Amino acid sequence: MTEHPPGFNEVRARTFPFPHRHFLSAADLDIVQLGELLDLADSFVDFNRQTSKKLDLLKGRTMMNLFFESSTRTQSSFELAGKRLGADTVNMSPKTSSMSKGETLIDTAVTLNAMQPDLLIIRHASSGAAALLAQKVGCSVVNAGDGQHEHPTQALLDALAMRRAFGAVNGLRVAICGDVAHSRVARSNVAMLSILGAQVRLVGPPTLIPPGAEDWGVEIFHDMKSGLKGVDVVMMLRLQLERMQGALVPSTREYFRFYGLDRERLSHAAPGARVMHPGPMNRGVEIDSDVADDPEISLIQNQVEMGVAARMAVLASLARRLENH
Amino acid sequence: MARPQPTAFVNARLVDPESRYDGPGALVVAEGVIADVSKGKGFKDLSADIRVVDCNGAMLAPGLVDLRVKTGEPGAEPKETLKSAALAAAAGGVTSMVVQPDTHPAVDDPAMVDFILRRARDIELVHVYPAGAATRDLKGEQLAEIGLMRDAGCVYVTDGDNSIVDSRVFRRILAYANSFGMLLAHRPADPWLTRGAAATEGDFAARLGLPAAPPAAELIMLERDLALAELTGGRLLVDQITTAGALDALRRAKARGVRVHASVSINHLSFNELDIGDYRTFAKLDPPLRAESDRQALIDALAEGLIDIVVSAHAPAPAEDKRLPYDEAAPGSVGLETLLAALLSLFHDERISLLDLIRSVTLAPAELLGLQTGRLAPGAPADLVLCDINAPVVVDADRLRSKSKNSAFDGRRLQGQVLMTLVDGRVVYRAPQ
Repeated sequence: MTEHPPGFNEVRARTFPFPHRHFLSAADLDIVQLGELLDLADSFVDFNRQTSKKLDLLKGRTMMNLFFESSTRTQSSFELAGKRLGADTVNMSPKTSSMSKGETLIDTAVTLNAMQPDLLIIRHASSGAAALLAQKVGCSVVNAGDGQHEHPTQALLDALAMRRAFGAVNGLRVAICGDVAHSRVARSNVAMLSILGAQVRLVGPPTLIPPGAEDWGVEIFHDMKSGLKGVDVVMMLRLQLERMQGALVPSTREYFRFYGLDRERLSHAAPGARVMHPGPMNRGVEIDSDVADDPEISLIQNQVEMGVAARMAVLASLARRLENH
Repeated sequence: MARPQPTAFVNARLVDPESRYDGPGALVVAEGVIADVSKGKGFKDLSADIRVVDCNGAMLAPGLVDLRVKTGEPGAEPKETLKSAALAAAAGGVTSMVVQPDTHPAVDDPAMVDFILRRARDIELVHVYPAGAATRDLKGEQLAEIGLMRDAGCVYVTDGDNSIVDSRVFRRILAYANSFGMLLAHRPADPWLTRGAAATEGDFAARLGLPAAPPAAELIMLERDLALAELTGGRLLVDQITTAGALDALRRAKARGVRVHASVSINHLSFNELDIGDYRTFAKLDPPLRAESDRQALIDALAEGLIDIVVSAHAPAPAEDKRLPYDEAAPGSVGLETLLAALLSLFHDERISLLDLIRSVTLAPAELLGLQTGRLAPGAPADLVLCDINAPVVVDADRLRSKSKNSAFDGRRLQGQVLMTLVDGRVVYRAPQ
């Protein structure tokens, strides 16, 4: 029997079983559940830094990674999280599955469900795909990104990184900058940060701020200087290069000139402000390497590390519920 | 087939939009037409060879005329055939349905019009009228043979769900069709703003991360359509108006004498965008569901008479086209069987009088197409619906007669049970006891 990470037993002893069967949307969670998830994730961070990092919380469980969109970091992050908790993990991708032969998402889900997995991690290009899958399978479903809807484990790892850097998320001023309209990371972060008590701003050109976002309880800015004024965290989003086609932005150089983050722009933020990015970065398009690579400022590598811990917390919480049936 | 015996429907609540009568009465059907109508107490002495049906106070109204029905025939029969649609229509009290031309192949020449009419004759349930394509193959480029299609029996022209983008083509269709007395139906939607959209732009769609189009997409195209209707003097049916902004444009156009009529789908009168909920694809429609304020404006516009006609917008889509991620799922809802009960909600909610509601699905569309049906008058075709307007029903999509079960009303509690439907005096539907 492996030793549990320090703090883990204590967190587990005082927390309630996670009340959700699936992990689909940051908006489904409340402040208590989030606090417990973050505590649990926190206990995994130090554990992951040890030489031996194997637990048996998911021993005997099967976890399937179903990634219809390619991803390096999220998929390997989930795979590692599952393996470190002792699960058997399988990776499926559309190129090797029959999705490319015209099988529908539901058909695939029903087929995979028949193999009796315990956890299904899904990424898909359509908003709502994870929710659809969850209706059709008997196991727990984790949303690893559905279209332009949500990417809740990313928001959890971002909150974890912020909490470790600043001590608490409550009261932090966070600016989410760039292509908010097409970003599931932004949507999950707006929901989760608001629950945790942060003040959220969205900064970007009007073409990349979703219409109706003014009703999300956030402040909206169309220029970086005023948007970054006094913020503690600057979260940059990736600009998909195909956005040039839809008349959303004219060119990468104009975008960088007005919405890119460099040291000068960052100087408008609060002293000690930190920079985040969900990756992968377009250096010189939305962020200058000088800022991205400065360990005093950037939390970007840190976010990747937090990703494994946050996903372990999600999987462990869902698995604990699995025990109950 | 032997002629049915003359039948008297007694003890009914007659609702006749033509004479604006809503009250007790009786009616005799003989030889396929309404032979006599008695408003008030009923007939004193009926001859012994007349069969008598006691309606027990149920509503007896003209059968419904539905101007917008899609089937899958020809080309997509697993979705819906003319027969399955006709069965659904009969069960819903719809006695005349206009089928859309966007089939495979499209109904864009007289032979296809004739094909639909012959199939309908063989099925012998409800009246089926083909709408013809306005342009060849619904491409919005070349005129279809509107005159020949009219002579073959088509009742109006439309490109269905496709926008006619080219304004010059649109103008010419209006002018040309008008010379044959043909109405052009067009669903206004700016093709660029609506490209790829699955929902109405706003806070809710943005939260769900759905591709969305602003309500102005409807207004922009509608203003063009109205300007060209005014220019040409052609007759235009605004197919499924859905937004408050477009209603204002419609009102202004009507005030300056443009020959325009407007329809609204029962779906847009019954649901708003929040009914999409957790990506419920049965609520994915085209045009998409709108804000609650738009829905309220549509109800007011119907009450006021600005909108003339309610349609079911019956659009069958099988499970395999609906059980997909929201943005990939097919739009549309079946509606023939639920149209009347859903419409009656507006009466039960005391929003619109029963007479005005019935008018919008009977006399108003019949007059627009020049049909004799839609009234309770001696000599009119005996196309009738007998309905217990108070009976509670829970819509169960699996029990609908359509081949596709995609009803946005699935699970809804409504009031209104069709008891009997007659077409030309023949009973085409009788509710199971």
